[in-house]
Amino acid sequence: MGEKFLMKGNEAIAEAAIRAGCKCFFGYPITPQTELIAYMAKNMKKANGVFLQAESEIAAINMVYGCGGTGVRCMTSSSSPGISLMTEGISYLAAAEVPCLIVDVVRCGPGLGGIQPAQSDYLFLNKGLGHGDFNLPVYAPASIQEMIDLISEAFDVSDLYRTPVMIMADGMLGQMMEGIEFKENKKRDLPEKTWAANGLGKRNKHNIINSLELNPEKLEELNLKLQEKYKIIKENEVKYELYNCENSCDLILVSFGITARICKSVISLAKEDGINLGLIRPITTWPFPNEAFIKTLGKSKNGYLSVEMNCGQMVEDIKLAVNGKEEVRFYGRTGGIVPTVDEIYQYVKSIIGGM
Amino acid sequence: MGIVYQPTKALLDVPTHYCPGCTHGIIHKLVGEVIEELGILDKTIGVASVGCSVLAYNYFACDMFQAAHGRAPAVATGIKRGNPDKVVFTYQGDGDLIAIGTGEVVHAAARGENISTIFVNNCIYGMTGGQMAPTTLEGQITETSPYGRDLKTQGYPIRVSEMISTLDGATYVERVSVDNIANLTKAKKAIKKAFNNSIKGLGYSFIEVLSTCPTNWGLSPQDSLKWLRENMIPYYPLGVKKDTNKEDK
Repeated sequence: MGEKFLMKGNEAIAEAAIRAGCKCFFGYPITPQTELIAYMAKNMKKANGVFLQAESEIAAINMVYGCGGTGVRCMTSSSSPGISLMTEGISYLAAAEVPCLIVDVVRCGPGLGGIQPAQSDYLFLNKGLGHGDFNLPVYAPASIQEMIDLISEAFDVSDLYRTPVMIMADGMLGQMMEGIEFKENKKRDLPEKTWAANGLGKRNKHNIINSLELNPEKLEELNLKLQEKYKIIKENEVKYELYNCENSCDLILVSFGITARICKSVISLAKEDGINLGLIRPITTWPFPNEAFIKTLGKSKNGYLSVEMNCGQMVEDIKLAVNGKEEVRFYGRTGGIVPTVDEIYQYVKSIIGGM
Repeated sequence: MGIVYQPTKALLDVPTHYCPGCTHGIIHKLVGEVIEELGILDKTIGVASVGCSVLAYNYFACDMFQAAHGRAPAVATGIKRGNPDKVVFTYQGDGDLIAIGTGEVVHAAARGENISTIFVNNCIYGMTGGQMAPTTLEGQITETSPYGRDLKTQGYPIRVSEMISTLDGATYVERVSVDNIANLTKAKKAIKKAFNNSIKGLGYSFIEVLSTCPTNWGLSPQDSLKWLRENMIPYYPLGVKKDTNKEDK
């Protein structure tokens, strides 16, 4: 057992990133992720790394593009409205295949919205993070421990596939404190960054970090190459948890992030009443764990219930995964409200006949 | 007989896409010669912007980035902060630098980033076909100021060098021109000083180069140079706007 720490989520992300070898951090203050950049400001220097407060999220993501393009491990973090501003840069990062880590400590929108926790960036992060045909791996941790365990994994995935990678946290994970342990994660074999534009050195051909291609045939080829990469990511990098899904049950809950944790309490509560609930918890929301649904088809008497802190953004992914074979329902709160165990349980009972 | 002239090794031997008579080619050559003369080809990283020079990454022999519209100074900041031993420059036009990219250039200068910016000002958006730029002069006819730029409704042209020179982080700001041999020599000297500042870690250097756009101005290359002299230089006076390291000369 390693040393235990009691840390706030935002600070734990920062510490985990430094331990994962993040050398440069570029960011801009926004609630509820500001402790993350404050921690970086204080501790990057001690780690001989770079902390730079940018003039905007637009500048921050472009600094990441520059830094990551030289092969240096780097990251940025923000919260929903700030991530909206970064989308131009994220599209460029994906197109130019520049690895980096982006953390979204999600707050409720739309617009300026509020500063309380939400999961209302689900569709945004997983389906439409910028112009053009691209995706990036999105991790949705449900605890601070899981979140920090995923940091070095996310960095490795970004280097391995040359892609930006997103951690989709939320205001609750960012702001709450938990006992954690910084574990030595299994490191992957990473290829040398021979593509990095970090100065010619002894190379005789220059490296270019670029997303422009004016020839349609060549651009189509580049797009198909990206799609090929996404296919490999889908095959190899899906993560999910199946909880209490071994046997048939009354209902399977589907939930990610902090709400998945609340759902586990609902499952315990229901068990006392003799109601048997399962849970599918996507840990990667892109790629979406379709496999978890294939494995559980026919096991639930009442299909699936998606529980989210938004207006039902994950429902269509679940519907695609079950392909019309099961009923998919939704329960959620929005506006920055975290649903309680009781209210979710009441809704569950209304579905399965108020046993 | 020895070699009298040869192309710089810092530019690749490829045809460029620039229009006949455009001065981008000359400015590329000056930057290339400076890189070669300073012996920094192996450690220079350039950032091309969006505009006519968007393909500059195909012409410079050093490692290159292509940045989103206006973001080159932020990209260069990321490169330099992650690689302090490298020499980093941005190459940007007027639409890129002082319309959409105003925030990025001002803050890179204010932070005193150890990078150089080559700002090519030709008073127009070239690549998109001749629209009004922030530096378009009063009365100048463009696609989006077809009646001539009207100061009352379209605002005033920005003297960027003067503006940047007010920032404490900027160490060296000079406006040069490439309209004749004497000015060309001065331009090269300025670019060299800027790169030298980067090598020495003296802070942010900004070189504004007055340039022509015969295609979108609707003038011959020769008349374009005349137009530059008669219209641009009076509004955008040449010379050193700031130099905090004069004793270093």
